[in-house]
Amino acid sequence: MKIMVAVKRVIDYAVKIRVKADKSGVETQNVKMSMNPFCEIALEEALRIKEAGLASEVVAVTMGPKQSIDTLRTGLAMGADRGIHVEATGDLFPLAVAKLFKALVEIEKPGLIILGKQAIDNDCNQTGQMVAGLLGWPQGTFASKVVLDKEKQEVMVDREVDGGLETLCLNLPAVITTDLRLNQPRYATLPNIMKAKSKPVKKYTPEELNVATNSDLEVVEVTEPPKRKAGVLVSSVDELIDKLKNEAHVI
Amino acid sequence: MNRLVSFRSKSRIGTTPCSSSFYARLLGSSIDASRTRSTANASDSLATVSRCSSLVPARTLTGSSLFGSRNGSSARLSNLTGHGGSQGVARRFCSDAAAERESMEYDVVIVGAGPAGLSAAIRLKQLCGEKGVDLSVCVVEKGAEVGAHIISGNVFEPRALDELLPEWEKEEAPISVSVSSDKFWFLTKDRAFSLPSPFDNKNNYVISLSQLVRWMGSKAEEYGVEIYPGFAASEILCDDNGSVIGIGTNDMGVAKNGSKKENFQRGVALKGVSLAFSGNKMIQCCFMRAIKLAGRVTLFAEGCRGSLSEKIIKKYHLREKRNAQHQTYALGIKEVWEIDESKHQPGAVIHTLGWPLDQKTYGGSFLYHMSERQVAIGLVVALNYKNPYLSPYEEFQKLKHHPAIKPILEDGTVIQYGARTLNEGGIQSVPYPVFPGGAIIGCSAGFLNVPKIKGTHTAMKSGMRYLLHVLAITVFVLLSGIPASSSFCINEYKKKESQNVRSKELSIKSFLCFCNCPGMLAAEAAFGTLLEGSNLDSYWTTLQNSWVWEELHKARNYRPAFDHGFIPGMAISAVEHYLFRGKSPFTLKHGKPDHEATNVARSHSPIEYPKPDGVLSFDVPTSLHRSNTNHDHDQPAHLKLRDPEMPTQVNLPEYDGPESRYCPARVYEYVPEESGQLKLQINAQNCLHCKACDIKDPKQNIEWTVPEGGGGPGYSVM
Repeated sequence: MKIMVAVKRVIDYAVKIRVKADKSGVETQNVKMSMNPFCEIALEEALRIKEAGLASEVVAVTMGPKQSIDTLRTGLAMGADRGIHVEATGDLFPLAVAKLFKALVEIEKPGLIILGKQAIDNDCNQTGQMVAGLLGWPQGTFASKVVLDKEKQEVMVDREVDGGLETLCLNLPAVITTDLRLNQPRYATLPNIMKAKSKPVKKYTPEELNVATNSDLEVVEVTEPPKRKAGVLVSSVDELIDKLKNEAHVI
Repeated sequence: MNRLVSFRSKSRIGTTPCSSSFYARLLGSSIDASRTRSTANASDSLATVSRCSSLVPARTLTGSSLFGSRNGSSARLSNLTGHGGSQGVARRFCSDAAAERESMEYDVVIVGAGPAGLSAAIRLKQLCGEKGVDLSVCVVEKGAEVGAHIISGNVFEPRALDELLPEWEKEEAPISVSVSSDKFWFLTKDRAFSLPSPFDNKNNYVISLSQLVRWMGSKAEEYGVEIYPGFAASEILCDDNGSVIGIGTNDMGVAKNGSKKENFQRGVALKGVSLAFSGNKMIQCCFMRAIKLAGRVTLFAEGCRGSLSEKIIKKYHLREKRNAQHQTYALGIKEVWEIDESKHQPGAVIHTLGWPLDQKTYGGSFLYHMSERQVAIGLVVALNYKNPYLSPYEEFQKLKHHPAIKPILEDGTVIQYGARTLNEGGIQSVPYPVFPGGAIIGCSAGFLNVPKIKGTHTAMKSGMRYLLHVLAITVFVLLSGIPASSSFCINEYKKKESQNVRSKELSIKSFLCFCNCPGMLAAEAAFGTLLEGSNLDSYWTTLQNSWVWEELHKARNYRPAFDHGFIPGMAISAVEHYLFRGKSPFTLKHGKPDHEATNVARSHSPIEYPKPDGVLSFDVPTSLHRSNTNHDHDQPAHLKLRDPEMPTQVNLPEYDGPESRYCPARVYEYVPEESGQLKLQINAQNCLHCKACDIKDPKQNIEWTVPEGGGGPGYSVM
């Protein structure tokens, strides 16, 4: 069984984000980029499933500009067998990504797709769900535990939901999106980084896959959140009530 | 059929209180919450870090072995960390001798992808290209990317780059802003007096060194150098003869208490042993055999006070070898601002002396206008300051309020913040840079030209020099054939040396005609040790013949002059500059080592620093957030106390805990514990890798060791 894992190249989580002067987006020039942490968890899970003997191959997929190949190489260094890079300039919104994924699934025919639950740059939390919808496959999102049963062709997924934990049993092929507590991703070791250089990466473009990536969405403006205002010390309860009533208008 | 197997209702999943790695940070928030990005939250989380570290005592040991033997079993130094806990137990730590680490072999291993390391790598590959051979070169870098740990003023003198990559302009190196004006001010609290500028920055450029190093990294990769960022060299590997054969990278995935986490990865040993064997030509064959012998080359280019370089200097007594003095240092704290268009003058260079530092403290500030409305501003404070209450960080914040500087920064925003120590010892403190198995290059040896305030070009040149030399000499010696002639060749070479012929001129072509391969095998045996011997002397000699040495020699007296005070310093500098022009007959010596210069606290009074206003000056957590620094929280603290009791028994009572003031990252804090007693808390996660603590701790109790690779600051425009 083949597992496809989606990885995305995003601004590193430790970097201080700045908004561009023209408010069209976030400053990405000269900024450290790395693999989306949730995607790392997804890849780690796929690798563990493969190491348990339940899958034959792990294919890492990334979509984005030319530099996304670095993220793919990191994925290969962690242990993925092959890489696929869909080279697309311009913004790719989740629906476009899902459509591209569907096209790739028709070529690769994996038995399981694992994605991170959301990307830390747009926090959309949509791609995994959309992929499952387009393919008509069952989905287990926010997975904190994944147990595959190869004979029964099922996967048990523990989902982290608002009320607690929900365990679902999904028939394969299925889509899983990973949450934080699923695992601790491994480090890519030096020898593996070296080996990754020779692992095959196939390139596609959206045109080759017959997918239109234009979107109905347009980013109008990006601004910083308002600065937190300093607090005010009040001297009495009356003053507090007065401020809450007349200034903050909450009572 | 898909079915719901079970639905277990649970109370909100518990959170680990103290964590700030990405994974742990989110565990505390609600399950679907997206990551918040406001400054306030981030500084909250950093504050959480500092509080939390006290909750988890870091009883960690390190298996840092200096002389790891080949089969991995070695006497491990166990160090105790200080969270004050007097658990004097030396626990074994992820260092089972049996846990054999993988090893990778290269011809040349370089530690540190900075200007010196990358110049050496590029030069080596260029030489290989010229001679038609292939050598494998590996560069390891502890930062998460090339350039992430690079911070410098920087007014760049392109002299070395012109030699290394003459086409740098065409190849779009990030060097575009020429110096347009050069001002030198003496500051008092309210005024700025213009002085004649002692610098000649006419053909120099204002750059971001981090950007330049990134560019050099991509050039190096084009040449085929293998660069591995995110891997920290933590161990020096030696063979039975005591020569260095390579380095070992850090084990990754070790928890705070020393146990292995689920993603534990043993470090890798990178050995400089030749494997390559190219071509059928006999000549190349000889050349390769030559390299095999001298091929175990490990270069240390770790920057100022490099952790492994310091160990090497101690082990091989490199300072004693040439009667060098101790190294002296300064701490530089820098910010890059984006300012108002109207105030931006690309290429403007300002240096200041005087306020806010007093007459007894050497240092000054710089303000360079870069491209794209960016301005680099920083304060450099010599670490031999006497007052333990001095806080270089707070002095820097004060500086920004000066009436001559404030208008430039007003209405601007800070983009990045960082700090790093730099060498000020000059020629008097350069150790003998060569040891069996390699050399120390760049700031790890210490080639910074203090009066010029430039060290990049000399670091690059020092990297280039070594390799050119090794190749030239080994080829010459080996190709010259029959055993009997081996000593002849060495003598020939030495003769040429004494005639002051530079190694460059000993071109390889002229030696190829000596090709006499039958002698090769015998030659090998004879040359084994001979080669080592000749390398050592030759590198040293060519270094001393190069412009690096000439420059440093001219510059040698300026800094030590200031040890006598500000006025004498200025006077002697003026005499040096205008009268002797670097040809003075005397060489001044440095005073006490920096850590011994600190006076006890009772002879000084605490300094009241103004509170940050949040517009021009900031508190440490805010600044720290701008450095993009981070370390995985669940790892042993990399700052080790040789004696865990010393902070509370010596540092605090006698010096009032100076580390809580000089550290630009608030790593060291004295917090009261339940009994009311103050105890030292080490927030290792905040560390900027500046090495100030390793230098300035009065009893040299703090040892800076390298944390897991990939951590540390994330400089991109510094």
